[in-house]
Amino acid sequence: MCVSVFLALLVFTAITVWVAGLDLGPLNTPVALGIAVTKGTLVVLFFMGVRWNTPLTKTVAISGFVWLLILFGITMGDYLTRGWLGVPGR
Amino acid sequence: MSNEASVHEQSYLGAPHGLASWLLTKDHKRIAILYLISITIFFAVGGTFAAMIRAELVTPQGDLLSSDLYNKVFTLHGVIMIFFFLIPSIPATLGNFLLPIMIGAKDLAFPRINLLSWYIYVIGATVTLAAVFNGGVDTGWTFYTPYSSMSSNTSVTTAALGVFITGFSSILTGFNFIVTLHRMRAPGMTWFRLPLFVWAQYATSLVMILGTPVVAITVLLVAAERALHLGIFDPKIGGDPVLFQHLFWFYSHPAVYIMILPAMGVVSELVAAMSRKQIFGYSFVAFSSLAIAIIGFLVWGHHLFVSSQSIYAGLVFSIITMMVAVPSAVKTFNWTATMYKGAISWESPTFWIFGFMGLFLVGGLTGLFLGAMGLDIHLTDTYFVVAHFHYIMVGGGVMGFLGGLHFWWPKMTGKMYNETAGKIAAMLVFFGFNATFFPQFIVGYMGMPRRYHAYPPEFQFFNVLSSAGAVLLGIGYTMIVIYLIYSLIKGPKAPANPWGATGLEWKIPSPPITHNFSEMPVVTEEAYDYQHAPAPQRGVK
Amino acid sequence: MSTPTTTRHPKLQEHFYNMDQQLEASTLGMWVFLVTEVMFFGGLFMAYIVYRHMYPHAWVEASHELNWQLGGLNTMVLIVSSLTMALAVRAAMLSEKKQQVFYLLTTMALGTVFLVVKFFEYKAKFEHHLVPGPHFNPALEQGMQIFFSLYFMMTGIHAAHMVIGLGIMTYIVINAAKGTYNAEYYGPVEVAGLYWHFVDIVWIFLFPLLYLLGRHGA
Ligand SMILES: [Cu+2]
Repeated sequence: MCVSVFLALLVFTAITVWVAGLDLGPLNTPVALGIAVTKGTLVVLFFMGVRWNTPLTKTVAISGFVWLLILFGITMGDYLTRGWLGVPGR
Repeated sequence: MSNEASVHEQSYLGAPHGLASWLLTKDHKRIAILYLISITIFFAVGGTFAAMIRAELVTPQGDLLSSDLYNKVFTLHGVIMIFFFLIPSIPATLGNFLLPIMIGAKDLAFPRINLLSWYIYVIGATVTLAAVFNGGVDTGWTFYTPYSSMSSNTSVTTAALGVFITGFSSILTGFNFIVTLHRMRAPGMTWFRLPLFVWAQYATSLVMILGTPVVAITVLLVAAERALHLGIFDPKIGGDPVLFQHLFWFYSHPAVYIMILPAMGVVSELVAAMSRKQIFGYSFVAFSSLAIAIIGFLVWGHHLFVSSQSIYAGLVFSIITMMVAVPSAVKTFNWTATMYKGAISWESPTFWIFGFMGLFLVGGLTGLFLGAMGLDIHLTDTYFVVAHFHYIMVGGGVMGFLGGLHFWWPKMTGKMYNETAGKIAAMLVFFGFNATFFPQFIVGYMGMPRRYHAYPPEFQFFNVLSSAGAVLLGIGYTMIVIYLIYSLIKGPKAPANPWGATGLEWKIPSPPITHNFSEMPVVTEEAYDYQHAPAPQRGVK
Repeated sequence: MSTPTTTRHPKLQEHFYNMDQQLEASTLGMWVFLVTEVMFFGGLFMAYIVYRHMYPHAWVEASHELNWQLGGLNTMVLIVSSLTMALAVRAAMLSEKKQQVFYLLTTMALGTVFLVVKFFEYKAKFEHHLVPGPHFNPALEQGMQIFFSLYFMMTGIHAAHMVIGLGIMTYIVINAAKGTYNAEYYGPVEVAGLYWHFVDIVWIFLFPLLYLLGRHGA
């Protein structure tokens, strides 16, 4: 089990390096992040054993990332809408 | 083995003896006492700075303190009161002492980490004091960039590191509480049998572990910007100082709930005990704590209404800010409903919670003024803001802390304090507080800005009033220290349950034995079962 | 319950009922701690997102200055170390003392390799005037200095976590060699493993976000 997860991680690392060499336009970042999230999830589920753990541990493991999304989402809500209202004279 | 066991059957205060046994203790009760002593010292230091501010503001001219010195004084007042008194006040003292007992455990899940948290606090405090003696800091407790990172030539780096370090003591406390609550509850102690104080501590701990790391990295970035010339918020190289404000307030708005939620938990306990009634709407009060903790994380942008934040973001922040009032109001309504037709006994803890409710109400409602985006543009950086957050943090947080301290003092020390003195102090603090801070609402609305050592003469009346109130407040606080310490020396011995309250902590002797319970408890009853509660062991009028 | 009928395991701390409760508490504790770690790094990632949104071009340019081969090598090294760490935990659960020590030492060796590679990367940055501050190459585009500030903060704090991790592992490996950990008591190994895997995950995100932006179109 451990070894096959490990091989999957190596394969994904190779893919992410290979994909970075291609120009996918707006998809560059989502693809790179998607692969990173997959790799992270593999580590969390198998190496860190969340797959076999209690629902509480699963909740705790997810909650950190949910809270990050709150930080990212709301802060970017500011940065992305700053330009909506024209500034007179600019 | 038998010798060791007998030590554990003795009062936690007595066995074992010696300074080293305190400084190396793993007993959550002793660590609570260590924290209590430390935060009292810092309250006195922060209070001294407050006294200097009020003395300066008696006259419109900046005659007592130079503007530079005044900047340092209000900064240190803020930094010390917030990071070294208010944040640890209830969780690290009452929470540390009571949480394991209330859930029927021998200790917190990680006793050594609990002690570590106190040492980290002491190290952080020492570093911050080093900044004080090394010329002070003048950025305001908010450390706003780019002033803090580029312009200020005071000890910002040291102070920021002090705050960074102290943050970890708070993280460790929250982390310990969460694990303890999930893993250490006694048999039969279900989530809905927990005292509401425990629920409030749980919600507080969530804020501590989710928010504190963000402010830690933020002040670390400011320190790195000053010390290593890394530029994250530096406008010269294209950085955005407003990002600092986002990151800072992501923690520092919820930090208000670190101060107020535990106080609300204290009030929930005291309201039930002092009206001798089952708390009204237990689950509503419990879940409103969680709701406050969660919604509290979505509103930080109300501190950025005038900081070039997008007005669309401001609009959303403004609306969500109003929503926080709902769970807070749920609590207030439930406390009032609990007291309704209750047998209210006028002991000194009662005075403190009435004070809490009055002041918190004013603080909360004025918060709505400030949360309204349009009105806030007029009120930003005026004394209205200063009055508002003092009503919440001192009127709410400190009153709750003192109420809890008066309620659990007999349990913690095994001694009764003078009841009359307790009532007089509560009244002094309540009236002194209002005299100090209510005029600031008026003068702030009239446009007096905060953080200046001089002001136009027409504001003098209100400022003199404010300073006079501060004298009362100071007398009140000093009185508490005196009669509480006196109670340790001359106070009568406390019975196990002086108030006739429910809860596991009142079923064990005062002060508790080292292992809390000689026989591990099995819980079979709901919380606040005042129908079957024992009668108070001291006179009730 | 006051008089324990069964004998207590010598590694069972006084305030726990049994070994299961102790193990569950330590595992949950580590997870809660890792949540704070996520938020701690989260502040840096937040800054990354904001500035990448502001300076998309400078970001690609700056990323191009990083050596993705070395970054990729370090990614591999960390993934292998995660595998050996997972195997060390399993060896502890199976009471296999020799394997435990072997896998822990391998993990530590790999961690050290990572730090050595990192050291040479940092050294190159100093030589190329890519370290923010007064010596930063002034000819570079606006925004690149922020990229490098974040690069040093993120990888620096990550490296600090690696160093702390190596410290923890030293403690664990010494105890493992004494035969402390077995099927009944392996909590500390598991907790150290969780921490190590988390540090690996941070790197899994740092690698594409810092090193691989400049690969295409450059
Ligand atoms: Cu706020």
